[in-house]
Amino acid sequence: MPFDWLRAGPPLAEWWDLRDLGNAVGGLLGWIDDRGGPSWLPYVVSGLIGIVGILLWSVFSQLFFVWAERRLVARIQVRLGPNRAGPLGLLQPVADALKVLTKEMITPRNADRLLFWASPILVMVPALVVFAVLPFGERMVLADLNVGVLFVIAIGSINTIVVFMAGWSSSNKFSLLGAMRTVAMLISYELVQVLALLAVVVFTNSMRMGAIVGWQDDFNTWIVFVQPLALLAYIFAGAVEINRTPTDIAEAESEIVAGYHTEYGGIRWGMFQLAEYVAGFAIAAIVVTMYLGGWTLWGLEEWVPGWLIFLGKLYGFFFVFIWMRGTLPRLRVDQLMGFAWKYLLPLLLVNVLLAGLEVLIWQENGFAAEAVLPAFAVANWALAVVLVVGWGQVLGHLRPEHRAKRPVLVKEVGAILYEPYPLRPGGSVPEA
Amino acid sequence: MAMKTEPFVVNIGPQHPSTHGVFRMKLTLDGERIIDVDMILGYLHRSMEKLAEERTYTQNIPFTDRADYLAAMTGNLAYCLAAEKLAGVEVPERAQWLRVIMSELQRIASHALAIGTFINDCGAWHTPLMYMLREREKVLDLFEMACGARLTVNYMRIGGVAFDVPDGFVPACRALVKEMPDRIAEYEGLLLENEILVARARGVGILPADMAIAYSISGPMLRGSGVAWDLRKADPYAVYDQVDFDIPVGTNGDSYDRFLVRMEEMRQSVRILEQGLDALPGGPVNVDIPVALMPPPGETYARIESPRGELGFYVVSDGGPAPFRFHIRAASYINLSALREMTVGLTVADAIVVLGSVDIVMGEVDR
Repeated sequence: MPFDWLRAGPPLAEWWDLRDLGNAVGGLLGWIDDRGGPSWLPYVVSGLIGIVGILLWSVFSQLFFVWAERRLVARIQVRLGPNRAGPLGLLQPVADALKVLTKEMITPRNADRLLFWASPILVMVPALVVFAVLPFGERMVLADLNVGVLFVIAIGSINTIVVFMAGWSSSNKFSLLGAMRTVAMLISYELVQVLALLAVVVFTNSMRMGAIVGWQDDFNTWIVFVQPLALLAYIFAGAVEINRTPTDIAEAESEIVAGYHTEYGGIRWGMFQLAEYVAGFAIAAIVVTMYLGGWTLWGLEEWVPGWLIFLGKLYGFFFVFIWMRGTLPRLRVDQLMGFAWKYLLPLLLVNVLLAGLEVLIWQENGFAAEAVLPAFAVANWALAVVLVVGWGQVLGHLRPEHRAKRPVLVKEVGAILYEPYPLRPGGSVPEA
Repeated sequence: MAMKTEPFVVNIGPQHPSTHGVFRMKLTLDGERIIDVDMILGYLHRSMEKLAEERTYTQNIPFTDRADYLAAMTGNLAYCLAAEKLAGVEVPERAQWLRVIMSELQRIASHALAIGTFINDCGAWHTPLMYMLREREKVLDLFEMACGARLTVNYMRIGGVAFDVPDGFVPACRALVKEMPDRIAEYEGLLLENEILVARARGVGILPADMAIAYSISGPMLRGSGVAWDLRKADPYAVYDQVDFDIPVGTNGDSYDRFLVRMEEMRQSVRILEQGLDALPGGPVNVDIPVALMPPPGETYARIESPRGELGFYVVSDGGPAPFRFHIRAASYINLSALREMTVGLTVADAIVVLGSVDIVMGEVDR
């Protein structure tokens, strides 16, 4: 059979069973097969359906989320947000898109034309390709690679090169600074990302995204319950990777104008924005798949379409990014990297070690999952709290110079209350 | 192996999101670290001091609105004090108190904006700024009630203020006074202990007390450096000798201290407003002065504590209807002069934070 992979697993339902859109695709492919079409045709057709579906979904989601983010952040900022174009301002993204499309695209005279032209196109690729291995539903995955996790990590790091291309080719100093920051930052957080995902792989014993969701479904637990620290670290790494405030150091508006895309205008700039959103969805989708049970919801997926559950979780998680954007100031680039190397990395190394030990204890002794997993969950949550707080103590984040203080109130003029800032041995101002 | 590297120059400004107008910082960078700062001013120069020599004393008041356009009331006040001193004009009691009330309202508005933009410079995505603008808006509404204008108020006159406040002003102002302490407490809860803000601002842009005095720094910057100095107490003008308030003083002289001092000064301003509204007497708000006021020949210097520091007006009269010489001692211009001392050795991101903590208004710097 040319498409065993599709008929593997639970039997296909009728094509109109929308709980899994894979049913409809399977039905179509079966129809082609029954008519005696060439054996390669189902592969091409199913691939095309998936690609078009993902493209349409990502663009429309982005349009909706531009609106949603602007409205939500406006509420956070005691404003109303866009409310003029269409009902509730829903047509605002369309107006924005039209504006971006009609604006002039300027190429600086000294730009490296080929790279400058290519970067906005290439920047979309890693953001979109990640979705190929992510299961939207039980059979709704474009390519269920057996090394899906590895694929996701590898594709994610391509982003660095594209951003550096954009910054370098613009021949602008702000762009170059932004690009250098991106490279430094993404390399640091790549490690964090790998270690955070590794802990999941240790537990699920598979790099296939579908199998990871399956594991969570089988044991009726989400990975986040047994791996809270990994999720926390992954959220930080993901926030850094998608370059949104508060970790938008590569395009810090108040410092280096727009970082690597300072010189881009019109739809080229629009492509960077689109890629930023799609990369945000990709990070949210990875979090949902790896840590939050993917398209399953404790049996509810029997009644509600699994892809709706998946999208609900994805959008819900994306709200966290919007929330962070609306509330937090930005760290300095060296502080952010210090956070990765000094704080997250040691914690994650300990975490991976412990995950390995736990799985070893579980497998070697053949304990029942119902007994061990709750125990692991309790232990790991307690440990996560202890490690996060304790390691912060060790690094001195609670030292007086890192704490808030109050001004001194005096009645009379003339006094001088100045004290030199507490210095570390060697005379340098302590780094936060 | 030592790699051969070259410093490179980045121009921050004059068109840049965080230069608060058209200030230009020429940074010489070694990687991200600043090895030299060159400050270039003058993009907003409007020749105010020379223009003032061609206009009568009263006609010059609108210029003072446009020098420090975020604190027009205090600009007005400082100039009127100088002109009154020169011409020997007595100001009625009610006008004195109105001047105090307006100055303190202006201080709240100006500090709110300074804190909001400072945290924006630290990288928050406009949220604190929007909250602060909400409070500033209420103050501007009060100004509009009093004189019809919101930004360039042109409210003070030589010999008093332009108009008495309308009936609704005092209750509206009391409502603000009642509301503000809660708001300030809310902002302190949100901002003071924000881990990221502390990490960004503490120990950044340290200005020691001796250096601050040597550079003639004034206002919240000087107090942030630990020097208890406030002209409202040191050299009281209007009726500041009759109100009770505290001077907030920082201890380390870093950007965080300057931010703290501004936050607390808003609270002290509310205290002064409370007392001012209680003490506001009746009576005239203005005295008649000749249309073409011709002070006797002589020179004078009047100074006040504006939201940005010591704002002084040096006015020389030759006995004619226009000043012979008109000079503004702009607080933020002099505060800016220490920028180089504060930023060399820090990173680009820090330089923006330090510049934000200085709280410059280019209208005043370039005049």
